[in-house]
Amino acid sequence: MTRAPKFWGIHAELSRTVQILAALLPFILLIATYFTVSYVRLSENPKDKLTPSIGQMASAVHMMAFTKDTRTGEYLMLTDTLSSLRRMSIGLGCAALVGLFLGLNMGMLPGPGATLLPMITFLSIIPPLSILPILFITFGVGELGKIMLIFLGGVFVITRDIYQTTQQMPREQVVKALTLGASQLQVLYQVILPQILPRLLVMVRLCLGGAWLFLIASEAIASTDGLGYRIFLVRRYLSMDVIIPYVLWITVLGFLMDTGLRLFVKWKYPWYAASQ
Amino acid sequence: MVNHAPNSKNFLFMMDLCKAYGEKVVLENVDLSVKARELCTVVGPSGCGKSTLLRLILGQEEPTRGVLLINGEPIGFPGPERGVVYQKYSLFPHLSVLQNVLLGKRLSAGLVERFRHAKEFRDEAMFFLAKMRLEEHCDKYPHELSGGMQQRVALAQSLIMKPKMLLMDEPFGALDPGTREDMQVFLLEMWEEFQMSIIFVTHDLEEAVFVGTRIIVLSQYYTDDRGPACNCRGARIVADYPLARKATSTMVKVQAEFGQLIQEIRHEGFDPDHRLHVAEFNLRHDDSFQTLTAEEYNPSNHTGANARAASG
Repeated sequence: MTRAPKFWGIHAELSRTVQILAALLPFILLIATYFTVSYVRLSENPKDKLTPSIGQMASAVHMMAFTKDTRTGEYLMLTDTLSSLRRMSIGLGCAALVGLFLGLNMGMLPGPGATLLPMITFLSIIPPLSILPILFITFGVGELGKIMLIFLGGVFVITRDIYQTTQQMPREQVVKALTLGASQLQVLYQVILPQILPRLLVMVRLCLGGAWLFLIASEAIASTDGLGYRIFLVRRYLSMDVIIPYVLWITVLGFLMDTGLRLFVKWKYPWYAASQ
Repeated sequence: MVNHAPNSKNFLFMMDLCKAYGEKVVLENVDLSVKARELCTVVGPSGCGKSTLLRLILGQEEPTRGVLLINGEPIGFPGPERGVVYQKYSLFPHLSVLQNVLLGKRLSAGLVERFRHAKEFRDEAMFFLAKMRLEEHCDKYPHELSGGMQQRVALAQSLIMKPKMLLMDEPFGALDPGTREDMQVFLLEMWEEFQMSIIFVTHDLEEAVFVGTRIIVLSQYYTDDRGPACNCRGARIVADYPLARKATSTMVKVQAEFGQLIQEIRHEGFDPDHRLHVAEFNLRHDDSFQTLTAEEYNPSNHTGANARAASG
């Protein structure tokens, strides 16, 4: 019998160590390349701003995150993070609630379903960024406009998905609940709704990417704080030493949210994975 | 033409019941009358509309034509007076075993009631789980149970509502043979204890003959006087026997007459090349009756043996 290869080919069986090494390799290569380029460029021209060294980035982070801003007396990175997260959670949270309510009712009640589905489908195809000007004109360039963009970017997609999920619930479950004495409202909100919740959280997870995009785009255009605002502000001074740590920070935040939601679903709804 | 007089006072009564989906006629002129407390099994070749019949009785679908009464009343949407056990999807995946059994009690009680009687409800649910020998599994989720256990929970979930009638759609179809026999015996025990009417749909003839007190064969393989040109025939009841309840032991399955009856039923209902004429259906049960239209049965076409058989 031939042994399975350690890495190459379709028969490969990777050991745990090889898996970890393989996963780390691209990161190491990327980081090494960056710092090599950075070192070469800085030794040619110490004033070069494009590829800051780790020390320059560290002092920039120190400035942004651990020093009080002289003008506002705030820690800028913290303020930026909190503002951005607030916009994101209000926008996406409202989108999830409205999407759940609409999708569940449309999926279970043929009347509302037939009435709303074509319009929701139409609205969900509009690229949200294309209506950003409309939102800024209608809701102003303040918080509401930005939150509305994140909300609208998520709500129709979530509604459609929850509608689909509800539709795919076996009819037997509904009939069974009725034979157990459930009223129509109870079928919707006590039998079907709890089964939809984990799918809603999965949907929120999938919408996070889009929400970050809308958040940063709207902050870049009109804002006075926020992670997106900051990177577009310092772009004017070619401050790569601020931009790169900020991008990494946004990535970490996104990763934490994604993982957090995933683990929450796994912990709170142990039956969900089994039913998929 | 009527073999026995239709008795619409019986617990379940249907006459000239038809169900068609567009052009496709699934059930045609089904006549059936079932007494309370009967354990009536329904068999038939695949696609004969067994499950459709069950959905009609359940109130999940509306008949295209015909009469369908329970206790003399027209049937309504699914409700607590008729319980159901499916092959799958009977259990709610997001609830533990205990919560699944409790669900009916909780749903039909008001918010205050539910809180006040929490202890009683729980005790009652545990009583049923004990009957199903599932006490120690009460905190598990359905996906953690074996198929047989899941169906026992589904049974408990329905029985706690004390329905007058329990409808079962191939409830043991997905179980392995050993578990299946255990469940059949178990079902008979529950039926005797809780005294309800059961309509039990299955494609397994042996199971149907073993479990039932009455067996109904639903089949699309029959002929009538409309001639071979008529291709739109839906299934109807081609045979209807009372079954002697000998013992709740699976030993009867090895007896010769048991096998003989199964052969007979297979011949009558399951063979596309052997079609009984509507006038020759084997409607032996006392409650069975048959209403035929003039096109379906024209006495002048039938002379001698056929006519005698038809009136017999």
